[in-house]
Amino acid sequence: MSALPPYASPLQRTWFYSFRIICGLIFFFLIFPILVILPLSFNAQDFFTFTKEMLSFDPAGYSFKHYNDFFTNPDWQQALVNSVLIAPVATLLATAFGTIAAVGLSQSHVPYKPAIMAILISPMIVPLIISAAGMYFFYSRIGLQGTYWGVVLAHAALGTPFVIITVTATLVGFDRSLVRASASLGANPVTTFFKVQMPLIVPGVVSGALFAFITSFDEVVVVLFLGSAGQKTLPWQMFTGLREQISPTILAVASLMVAISIALLTVLELLRRRSERLRGLTPG
Amino acid sequence: MSDTTDNGQVLTTQDGKPLKAALRRALRREKLRAFLLIAPLLIFVLITFVAPIVDMLFRSVENSIVADTLPKTVIELNKWDSSSGEAPGEEVYAALYDDMLIAVDLKTHTRLGSRLNYEQSGISSLFRKTGRRIKRMDEDGPFKDQFIGADKKWGEVETWQVLQQFSPRYTDGYFLNAFDAQRGPEGIEMKPENEQIYMFLFGRTLFLSIVITLSCLLLGYPIAFLLASLPLRTSNLLMILVLLPFWTSLLVRTSAWKVLLQQQGVINDFLVWTRLIDDAGRLVMINNQTGTIIAMTHILLPFMILPLYSVMKTISPSYVRAAKSLGANDWTAFWRVYFPQSVPGIGAGAILVFILSIGYYITPELVGGTSGIFISNRIAYHISSSLNWGLAASLGTLLLVAVLVLFVVYDKIVGIDNVKLG
Amino acid sequence: MKLKTVILAGTALAFATSTALATDLTLVSWGGAYQASQKNAYTDPYIAENPGINVIWDESSAEAVAKLRAMNEAGNVTWDLVDVVASDAIRLCDEGLAMEIDADELLAAAPDGTPASEDFGDLLVSDCFIPQIVYSTTFGFRSDVDEWGGKEPTQICDVFDLETFPGKRSLEKRPINNMEWALLCDGVPKEEVYNVLETEEGQAQALAKLDTIKDNVVWWSAGAETPQLLADKEVVIGSTYNGRLFALIEEQKQPVKMLWDAQVFDLDGWIIPTGLPEDRLAEVKKLVKFATDTQRLADQAKFISYGPARKSSAPLVGQHATLGIDMAPHMPTDPNNAKNTFLYNYEWWADYRDDIDAKFQAWLAQ
Repeated sequence: MSALPPYASPLQRTWFYSFRIICGLIFFFLIFPILVILPLSFNAQDFFTFTKEMLSFDPAGYSFKHYNDFFTNPDWQQALVNSVLIAPVATLLATAFGTIAAVGLSQSHVPYKPAIMAILISPMIVPLIISAAGMYFFYSRIGLQGTYWGVVLAHAALGTPFVIITVTATLVGFDRSLVRASASLGANPVTTFFKVQMPLIVPGVVSGALFAFITSFDEVVVVLFLGSAGQKTLPWQMFTGLREQISPTILAVASLMVAISIALLTVLELLRRRSERLRGLTPG
Repeated sequence: MSDTTDNGQVLTTQDGKPLKAALRRALRREKLRAFLLIAPLLIFVLITFVAPIVDMLFRSVENSIVADTLPKTVIELNKWDSSSGEAPGEEVYAALYDDMLIAVDLKTHTRLGSRLNYEQSGISSLFRKTGRRIKRMDEDGPFKDQFIGADKKWGEVETWQVLQQFSPRYTDGYFLNAFDAQRGPEGIEMKPENEQIYMFLFGRTLFLSIVITLSCLLLGYPIAFLLASLPLRTSNLLMILVLLPFWTSLLVRTSAWKVLLQQQGVINDFLVWTRLIDDAGRLVMINNQTGTIIAMTHILLPFMILPLYSVMKTISPSYVRAAKSLGANDWTAFWRVYFPQSVPGIGAGAILVFILSIGYYITPELVGGTSGIFISNRIAYHISSSLNWGLAASLGTLLLVAVLVLFVVYDKIVGIDNVKLG
Repeated sequence: MKLKTVILAGTALAFATSTALATDLTLVSWGGAYQASQKNAYTDPYIAENPGINVIWDESSAEAVAKLRAMNEAGNVTWDLVDVVASDAIRLCDEGLAMEIDADELLAAAPDGTPASEDFGDLLVSDCFIPQIVYSTTFGFRSDVDEWGGKEPTQICDVFDLETFPGKRSLEKRPINNMEWALLCDGVPKEEVYNVLETEEGQAQALAKLDTIKDNVVWWSAGAETPQLLADKEVVIGSTYNGRLFALIEEQKQPVKMLWDAQVFDLDGWIIPTGLPEDRLAEVKKLVKFATDTQRLADQAKFISYGPARKSSAPLVGQHATLGIDMAPHMPTDPNNAKNTFLYNYEWWADYRDDIDAKFQAWLAQ
């Protein structure tokens, strides 16, 4: 499939090219919706579609006014601040708890491993609306509903499965004899962890942290239920914006968030290559 | 295995302890260490996540409000035979009077009214009205006439049947409701057809999830196949086109579809411009099922492609080559040799997409209109608008059970340890 | 833009006055232009007189009942004064989440000495409710629809007339109002509507009438949707709150007109949550007394086209603060607009809401 052999029949030729066209169309379907909002976010008009000026590449059809609105509107700014206050703390909690637990899970003898794994992974599996409903009722009882820490703890819980999965994945190829060697050379377990294991699992930890970050940064269902106006995050503001007063500012925010995703994706790709190199696998 | 040598000596470690005991201790220590490492997260998840879910399950059957608000009445009412066709006797009304006096002071009677109004319309105002009258009633009775004088509903058998039926501290009423059923005079029966909604919504959620899963498979399989067969460098580049949507915020993608699909949106404008449709005939692609299916297929497609790709990557091309060299044509080689080996990937991807889609809330809420919404949207509605939290909890429980069953299947096919991300 | 400056200035002022000794009061409202009108008319002047008070706004009125219930379960009520519609106030009162008030004791009398209970009159629909404004849910329509051949809808039943007025409509995604309008346009006399709606047949009749336009309806759940849909030409007629239509027509200058027929009057006002500590309650009471006096309610109408809930405020309604147009003709209570109105029956809906809602949603889903 990778290349057309010279002896291919006309039918094979036709199929080869039509298959590529089909794939091209699917790729287009995947990427077009994300790309289309970028030019639209520079629309000089308050429309959600291409104006005549835009299509004729008239500079008058484009402007930064929606970006300007985002950076001057107090609602959006407050939402940005809240997102920035919540996501990193949730990430930190999820990564710390998750990494330690992943190291524990990778030991050769873990009692009740399947049951423990099922519980730890459950925040990723349970539909968000159920998590949100449960947390809403429960956090109300213990006074965490509508508070900053309520949202942070909830987001941290939602992020931990990703850390567990990515860190255990890097630990799968981990050579246990390194730990034994370190111990036989007189290092205590803590030193061994930081000097021997940590450098090897760093890519897994960082990518797990990125997943946990994006989980919190993108999360809207739980924050809608658990948060009060003081915890209004960017996705929340986008959600209400989409449901109520849909303004093109949303497209500007969306474009900025696409930029963030691209940055995260790049970091992750670099990490993956580094990890594969370190573990002696073929570099991508 | 024996722990003695041939000459009967016990194997010992260097410091003279029996080897078996030492090994056992080492193993125990290792287990303990593993457990101590896992414990913080386990406790964290149990408190912040599992406890709320269990609490919610509890809410779906909890019903102490009747017994707490009207304790005496509940005891007296238990003696009443609801099939007698007559309202209960004076002693029940006397108990009701005592209970109501306290309840009115604590202002809990209207709360009970709102609770029972979920079961029968009119009880809300019955309690509100009676609460206003109770202080003016003659405290020496007779109470039955006074209550019926306050509102004739107190003389009706149906009112008392509802009270009796919901007097236990635990109820299956919310679950019956979630199944569109109710407890009639002859036991459990289905609700009238024009009130049945939840089974219909569950059915639609399943149907739409299946459609979405199938369209993800249809679109994802060729892409995964292409990526797996291209040289690594090219496929890594193309992989970005899959990963970028995966990493892009759900709300960004949903807003993009809103922009694309609406009647004055990009796609309709394009079609009008190309004269494929005229201005009056703009297509309705949003606020209905079409909108939900298109947007969710796009959002979940990466979750199909990634597991498919990781399975296809392991299929050695030599099998297909061998099949071809043995005379199979392209199609037979693919269908008989390649495809069966990719089935585990299909299973993994399909279940993952299905699990994710049946619990979706945001996208259906924003682009689903009324015909494209899921059961989740109804759960959210009962939490924040109708305040029927018991019903929300029982609907949530049903959804949770469905997901857990699927998850067990997923675990059997793929194994939770083998979940890969990105 | 000007409004924004006012808000920003107000925020700055609020910050400037918040000293270490300031009492923070959390007010819950709807956000947007409505909250701004409350801020301009009530709280800004109040803070100017009482520098020790600092007001924090929380835009959670739409979820107020659910959130108050959650707070109450937790025993930690953080809100001091909550703006809700009358039906929610009744529910909050029923659930014991709102404090019962004595109108004459808590609220200021009219300038001529009429006690508050008389000045507000029938609008005190619940023991816990402190009315602020009268609004109405009514229809707006685009005035540039070619297919209508120059005709314009003049009465409520034109909404159901797809032949003369083809095009999409937007209606609220709930039975309240829609069921009543459907029956009115199916020949049920106004005074009979709730009696008919109480029966199974009546409910079926209303849904059958709605069925005739169901395929042409976009359902909304937030008040801002209809103005947006009208502006985007996604619908040609739509129901929403009259203040939203006023903003669309007078501020955004869209080719949209109001249909003042069988509009449903509704009320919006304050409730005080139960369980406030004494000192905070005392501050809240002072603020409420000030914010609901005759002048303040009349002032609010300068910023938004909703009618003041006090009879004594009506003559004081002046011009719009920035547009400079007379506000009285835009009030839902104006005699010209209120020729044929519909009174919404709160008590009735409190009883039938759960049942009819289930049927309505089942109908909607199919």
